[in-house]
Amino acid sequence: MSELIQNIRFLQEGPFAIPRWEALFSNIDVIWQGLLVTLLVASLGLVLALALGTVIGVMSTSHWRIARAVARVYVEFFQNTPLLIQVFMLYNAIPLMYPGLFIPVVVIGIFGVGMYHGAYIGEVVRAGIQSIGRGQLEAALSQGFSYVGTMRYIIIPQAMRIVLPPLTNQAVNLIKNTSVIAIIAGGDLMYAGDSFAGRYGHYGPTYVVVGLLYFLLCFPLARLTRRLEDQTRAA
Amino acid sequence: MIKLVDVSKHFGLHYALKDINLEVPTGQKLVIIGPSGSGKSTLIRCINMLEKPSSGQVIIDDVDLTAHRAPIAKVRQEVAMVFQQFNLYPHKTVLENVSLAPIVVSGVSKEQATESALKYLERVGLSAKADQYPAQLSGGQQQRVAIARALNMHPKIMLFDEPTSALDPEMIQEVLEVIIGLADSGITMLVVTHEMGFAKEAADRVIFVDEGHIIEDGTPEHFFENPQHDRTKLFLSKILR
Repeated sequence: MSELIQNIRFLQEGPFAIPRWEALFSNIDVIWQGLLVTLLVASLGLVLALALGTVIGVMSTSHWRIARAVARVYVEFFQNTPLLIQVFMLYNAIPLMYPGLFIPVVVIGIFGVGMYHGAYIGEVVRAGIQSIGRGQLEAALSQGFSYVGTMRYIIIPQAMRIVLPPLTNQAVNLIKNTSVIAIIAGGDLMYAGDSFAGRYGHYGPTYVVVGLLYFLLCFPLARLTRRLEDQTRAA
Repeated sequence: MIKLVDVSKHFGLHYALKDINLEVPTGQKLVIIGPSGSGKSTLIRCINMLEKPSSGQVIIDDVDLTAHRAPIAKVRQEVAMVFQQFNLYPHKTVLENVSLAPIVVSGVSKEQATESALKYLERVGLSAKADQYPAQLSGGQQQRVAIARALNMHPKIMLFDEPTSALDPEMIQEVLEVIIGLADSGITMLVVTHEMGFAKEAADRVIFVDEGHIIEDGTPEHFFENPQHDRTKLFLSKILR
C-alpha cells in the first residue's frame, strides 16, 4: 500500500503532496474559524438581501413614479458594478467620510453582499409580483386593502412561491460571493484558506477543502428549496 | 345612495363612458345591460374606483370619491365587488378567503369573522368546502365563495361585474339563484349581466348602455316590452329570439 503511494508522483511532490495535506489538517482550526465567519456573513447578508429585495421589488411595481425611479437606480447601480469594488469602496470610503468611525470587517461584508444581492432579489421579486394576475390586486383593493396590505397578504405570498427557485439561486450565489470579503481581510473561509495556504504554498489541499466546504454549504440549500418547490406545487 | 355626475372615462382617444349621470337609491336592484365594449363594466368599476373617472364625480352616501384624498379604501369596505373571473385568493382556503379582509381590513376579531364566514358559506351552500382551496372547486362554486366573501364585509352596496359570464352553462343557475336570494336583503345591488331572465326576475330597474351612454332607463317591464330606443330594440331582437 505504502509502496503504491510512493509511486504516485503527485502525492510525493508538487501542490498536492502528502506533507501539505498533513500541514493543513494539523492547522484545520483556522479553516473552521473562517467557516464560522462565512456562515455569519452569509446568513445575516441573506436576511438583509431578502428584506432589501422585497422592498425594492415592491417599489419597482408601485404606481408611484419616484419609488420606481429609486428602485431602478439602486438595481442598476448594484447590478452593473463588480461586488469586489463595492466592498472595497465600503471598506475604504466610509472611514474617509466619517473619520474615527470603526466598522468591523464582518459588518462591511454583511452589507456588501446584502446590498448587492438585494438588487438581484429585488428584480426576482418584481418579476414574481408582475406574474400575479391583475385580478388579485383588484380583488384585494375592492375589499378595502391598502396597497401595502394587498402586497403583504395577497400578492407577495403568491409571488414568493413562484420566485423560490430563482431565490435559492441567489442564496447560493450569495454564499459564494461572501468570499469577496477576503480582499478586505474579512476573516472568512476564503480569507482563512488563502492566508494559510499563502504562508507555505499549501494551495492545493487548502483550496480542495475550502471548495468542498462551500459546496457542502450550497448543495443542501439547493436540494431543500427543490423539495419546498415540489411541496408547493402539490398543494 | 350612489350618484354619478357627468362621469366620463377615456382610454387614450377612446371614450368608454361619456357624461354619465346616474342615481341609484339605497336598496335598489339595478341591472346594467349592453353590448360588449359598451362601457358597462367601466361604469360599474368607476363606482368603487377600480377605474378612476377622467372627469365627473362619483358620490356614495355623500362622500365624493373623486375628491382629492377621498377615503376610497374606507368606502370600498362597504362596496363589495364580485368579478367575472372570481378572483379568489388561491393561496388561502375557502374559509380564509371569506374571513381575511374582515380581520385585516375591518379589524373584526378572528372568531367573529370566522363565525360569520361560516354563516355566509352556509348561505351559498358551501360550508362543507371551508377547508379546501379555490383550485379544488368548480367555477360555479368559486363564484359562490366570492359572493360569500363579498357578503362577509357586510356591504351596503354590491357590484356584480358579469358574474356568470365565465361559467359553464350548467353552473350559471346556481350562481344566479344565490344572487336572487340576496334581493330582499336591503343591499343596493348593481349587476352587469347578459342574463335576461335574471334581469326580468330580480331587477327593480334596468339601464341599457351603448357606446358610453345610458340610452334606456326604466323598469324591466318597460325595458323588455316597450323599449324606446332603436338600438335597444335591435339588441333585444338579437338576444331574445
